[in-house]
Amino acid sequence: MGVKQLSVFLENKSGRLADVTRALAQANINIRALSIADTIDYGLLRLIVDNPERARAALTDAGFTVALTEVLAIEVPDKPGGLANIIDILAKEGINIEYMYAFVGRSGEHAIVIFRIERVDEAVPILREKGVRILTGEELQSL
Amino acid sequence: MYFWNYEAECMHPDELRALRDWRLVKTVRHAYENVPCYRRKFDEIGLRPEHIRGVADLPKIPFTTKDDFRENYPFGMFAVPMDQVVRVHASSGTTGKSTVVGYTRNDIALWAELMARTLGAGGTTKGDVVQNAYGYGLFTGGLGAHYGAEKIGASVVPISGGNTKRQIQIMQDFGSTVLCCTPSYAVLLGETAREMGVDVRRLPLRVAFLGAEPWTESMRREIEESLGIDALDIYGLSEVIGPGVSYECMEKAGLHINEDHFIAEIIDPETGEVLPPGTKGELVFTTLTKEALPLLRYRTRDLTYLEPEPCKCGRTFVRMHRVMGRTDDMLIVRGVNVFPSQIESVLMEIEETEPHYLIVVDREKGALDTLEVWVEVSPQIVSDEVRSLETVEQKIASELHSALGISVKVKLVEPKTIARSEGKAKRVVDRRDLYNGS
Repeated sequence: MGVKQLSVFLENKSGRLADVTRALAQANINIRALSIADTIDYGLLRLIVDNPERARAALTDAGFTVALTEVLAIEVPDKPGGLANIIDILAKEGINIEYMYAFVGRSGEHAIVIFRIERVDEAVPILREKGVRILTGEELQSL
Repeated sequence: MYFWNYEAECMHPDELRALRDWRLVKTVRHAYENVPCYRRKFDEIGLRPEHIRGVADLPKIPFTTKDDFRENYPFGMFAVPMDQVVRVHASSGTTGKSTVVGYTRNDIALWAELMARTLGAGGTTKGDVVQNAYGYGLFTGGLGAHYGAEKIGASVVPISGGNTKRQIQIMQDFGSTVLCCTPSYAVLLGETAREMGVDVRRLPLRVAFLGAEPWTESMRREIEESLGIDALDIYGLSEVIGPGVSYECMEKAGLHINEDHFIAEIIDPETGEVLPPGTKGELVFTTLTKEALPLLRYRTRDLTYLEPEPCKCGRTFVRMHRVMGRTDDMLIVRGVNVFPSQIESVLMEIEETEPHYLIVVDREKGALDTLEVWVEVSPQIVSDEVRSLETVEQKIASELHSALGISVKVKLVEPKTIARSEGKAKRVVDRRDLYNGS
């Protein structure tokens, strides 16, 4: 049900992000979304790409430490209250959000938001029941 | 010039020589008869205690090292039954096991005498208020200075290390005249006082006895100026007795070794050959009167030389130059001995870490030493959450803290960023300039 996200460990020094994007470009990988979580000494670059396995291989070859995790890609109506509805559902169930970031959509009617939440197995049926659309990896690739 | 024990400290060289010969013979017999480790070393080379008739025979005796302490952990080097041991202390070993030392009641009395000489050489008397900011505990610094000051009859303030603002407050309120601490802590006290708007130069503080870590002449000038005091270097190591092995007089021209209780030799660390006076090499100690832990030719790994010329102060005890370096990779951080091998063995125990690490020691001006351990991340550590990385960092930091006894900052770095070198990897970067300009 989830989509695969790459997490890359980066020290806080100049040029490291450029090294990642260059390695991905050379491997002909398209980045769909990204976010960075940082501390004083290092950051974690989270990436959604069109081909996660190949991207991981390319980054590992370039000397990076990479983790693969499943996250949820949720379609959010691109209008006021769209995101609030979804977060309300999770809040009522007491499900915490570890982190989230937005995706560049193309349709204009929907935004896509990447969620990493607790208790995914419980959350997915509840979200679906409330009519929330959760994208599969294939659906995401084809956007 | 100040003396605590003029008769001993200025003993005629002939008398000192005879006393040392006699005491060495006794110590060798005591060590051979009561410590299996020494007996084995002697027997292996067919050496008998009666072959040692005086200090001239000393080079016949095999060396003792920190490894002997490790192999005989905890009490195997003791030469008396435990019912005669009234105190134990411990310092860092090269790996997980610490170096344990023991004292009889007489040893404690001797130690107090030697520290009384040390403090007395800077003019400490029973009228003084001694602020003892060496750490109390397994470390020998705190109790060593404490007993010496008490023997003199001074008023001891056993404040121990840390809590720097309170140290300044107490220094002001109690009118401390004598300070005992590490030299880097003396610098920090000066900086902290300045931040608090206290001018220590206007306080009654007069002299400081600084040791447990290497320092330089430029640090001495800085400390003397900022605190308005005389700063004297003191030296010791727990294996020999603790602080009180050697001490500076007001000439500040090297440290007088308590030669009526210890024999110092300088050897070539490669060949073990004894070097002539004035030549730099590794300092080796033999104890002459200790009961619980007699030491025969113990290799300190400290580099220095002996100054053969007599001192202007009148003491006949030979002087050693302040410690000029180490023959091993031991670091002294905030007065605590740290071996890179200790850090390595902690990292090996933690399954998430790779054996690639770098130790970075630094000292900001007017602050204490910092110890950073850089650890390369492994695929097992990296996840999508910062929190799990922080958990690993904290886990490593707390394991290191408990193994080393000092706080450590752990820094995760990218793989392959710590240089691999052919053969022996460079594991330590020491940015402090401790052995230069001294």
